[in-house]
Amino acid sequence: MSTNLDTIRSLAERDYKWGFVTDIEDDRIPKGLNEGIVRIISAKKNEPEFMLEWRLKAYRHWASLEQAQAEPTWANVKYAPIDYQNIIYYSAPKQKPGLKSLDELDPEILRTYEKLGIPLAEQKMLAGVAVDAVFDSVSVATTFKAKLSEVGVIFCSFSEAVQKHPDLVKKYLGSVVPHTDNFFAALNAAVFTDGSFVYVPKGVRCPMELSTYFRINAAETGQFERTLIVADEGASVSYLEGCTAPIRDENQLHAAVVELIALDNAQIKYSTVQNWYPGDKNGKGGIYNFVTKRGKCAGANSKISWTQVETGSAITWKYPSCILQGDNSVGEFYSVALTNNYQQADTGTKMIHLGKNTSSTIVSKGISAGHGQNTYRGMVKIMKGATGARNYTQCDSLLIGDQCGAHTFPYIEVKNSTARMEHEASTSKIGEDQLFYLQQRGLKAEDAVSMIVNGFCKQVFRELPMEFAVEAQKLLSVSLEGSVG
Amino acid sequence: MSLLKIKNLHATVAGHEILKGIDLTINAGEVHSIMGPNGSGKSTLAQVLSRRATYEVTAGEVLFKGKDLVAMKPEEAACEGVFLAFQYPVEIPGIGNAYFLRSALNAMRKYRGEDEVDAMDFLPMYREKLKLLEMDEKLMSRSVNEGFSGGEKKRNEILQMAVLEPKLAILDETDSGLDIDALRIVAKGVNAMRSPERAMLVVTHYQRLLNYIATDFVHVLVDGRIVRSGGPELALELEEKGYGWIEAEARQTAPASV
Repeated sequence: MSTNLDTIRSLAERDYKWGFVTDIEDDRIPKGLNEGIVRIISAKKNEPEFMLEWRLKAYRHWASLEQAQAEPTWANVKYAPIDYQNIIYYSAPKQKPGLKSLDELDPEILRTYEKLGIPLAEQKMLAGVAVDAVFDSVSVATTFKAKLSEVGVIFCSFSEAVQKHPDLVKKYLGSVVPHTDNFFAALNAAVFTDGSFVYVPKGVRCPMELSTYFRINAAETGQFERTLIVADEGASVSYLEGCTAPIRDENQLHAAVVELIALDNAQIKYSTVQNWYPGDKNGKGGIYNFVTKRGKCAGANSKISWTQVETGSAITWKYPSCILQGDNSVGEFYSVALTNNYQQADTGTKMIHLGKNTSSTIVSKGISAGHGQNTYRGMVKIMKGATGARNYTQCDSLLIGDQCGAHTFPYIEVKNSTARMEHEASTSKIGEDQLFYLQQRGLKAEDAVSMIVNGFCKQVFRELPMEFAVEAQKLLSVSLEGSVG
Repeated sequence: MSLLKIKNLHATVAGHEILKGIDLTINAGEVHSIMGPNGSGKSTLAQVLSRRATYEVTAGEVLFKGKDLVAMKPEEAACEGVFLAFQYPVEIPGIGNAYFLRSALNAMRKYRGEDEVDAMDFLPMYREKLKLLEMDEKLMSRSVNEGFSGGEKKRNEILQMAVLEPKLAILDETDSGLDIDALRIVAKGVNAMRSPERAMLVVTHYQRLLNYIATDFVHVLVDGRIVRSGGPELALELEEKGYGWIEAEARQTAPASV
């Protein structure tokens, strides 16, 4: 028996492959956070007055929360207090302004992307995927813009959207996640430096998958990106983000906000493959991924679907949620979260049913290995007016080894008696019998574990766009390396 | 050289000694049957030979193709050609049968330094074996053993054996829980696998299976030792007289336990 546990343990200990640092000159500001810093960020980005005002309001709110020590502590994660004055809030690679093509891009940055496996030059030719790459805080390259603009789809960096489409930004920014939403959302609203912006006009099906790679490169910087996606009436779009970060001993904070808005008959599919640096096998270093993601099904018959594969970060604190306001609207959440070594994850979703005949589906798969702690936290709320609402929740945990933990906190609040709720939960352990069966068929212990885990996650993987499903499977295998010895 | 040579094999499970000195030699082309009462160590022998870690070898030697089998990991033993048809096949949710079997085949081919088989080449071979075992192709796109009946699971074991083509096939009570039709199909699959290069070790409680699979040798296991070996007629004698007399005989001749 012990041999198998050792096998399981050592599988989880493969090295982080994305841990290189790129040497590029960057433009940064002093450490710390105050009104002056917020003004500098806004000025550097040459923002209109309304943005500065919005940021300052958010900053003041955040400062009051900080003073009141209102940083959330309810999550099932442990970490040393964060010194918010010891973070650099703006870091941008120095570059010639206004790039017209990829050729003008710093070759070092291009090489970094190549190591990440997203060579932009090649991507440009590959049909179907447009990439808005965010390097540290400033968006450095946007491809496929031309093709998208033919059908009227706006896909650009958030900074560019503020300059070129201020009305849209003004109308939707903070409409789903207001700056008062929570501590980290307030912080993000004050200091966010870039992100992605998508607007799909009425009746348009976005002709390609949109994709963004975020990357934290500079030391001691936080990354605070903000993404806003609006699908107008009858529009549909599929968006994917992938994330990696270099190895550093100190912890880095990533506090992002994502807002999705789907109007009548619109659909948004948002997929995440998150592979931030998880820290070393003793739990040193790694990203704190404190993210607020929420979508509003504002219109009738609209649909928002979240799919996430979370294998990275030292700590994950993240609840992609749906507000089902429009009648007959649909919310979905498919999640795989893996914690190995000393990683901690507290993740799940909220489904808030407001409209009639709204329905939501939650499928959560948590995998814990090593000393990892994995928590599912979900809330399903059926409000008074939500007649005929339905929810299906399935929440499965898989344990690898005997030193990890799985925790489940499902909250259900029903204020309308016509609601139909289903909740299924299971906890299982990769059994010695399963492992032996696969080994007896010639598979190595670690391949056997990968296979069992991939089977466990299949329901979620099949929601991902094909090419990313393959990537997610590989990532899962790499993240599990060393969990079996 | 014999394919499998077991000398004075002792093995324990959770500290209890189950095998107390097994000697057995199996040559390529032969079919051996291990019979014996419940708890005599039949399944333990099957598990030990397929190198399950929860079964510890405490003394003795096992040579497979002249190599030290006890030193091998389960996957090494498998890749060398030891196949175990499980008494209780395990379910692997989310992994399709065909995909699983191709992965297994490729793991073995890789071990032997052969090229991997792609899906296009795999499929015809797979279909042919499905037909042999009278299995529904639809079953094969489902997850490994998930939702299979007892009989379907056992047939799936023989299907895997037919695709993986082992040197030594160990059938651990493959007949248990099978109705007469399923038994006939399983036996057909096993008989089709007989070859001069391959040996089989059939572990069974009842003689019934041996009506369908012609065996060359029968060994009776009692309390962790082979107490009697003979030809197929021994199985018939056991069927007629039960295990009682042979157990009593074994008690008289066994060395006092230390």
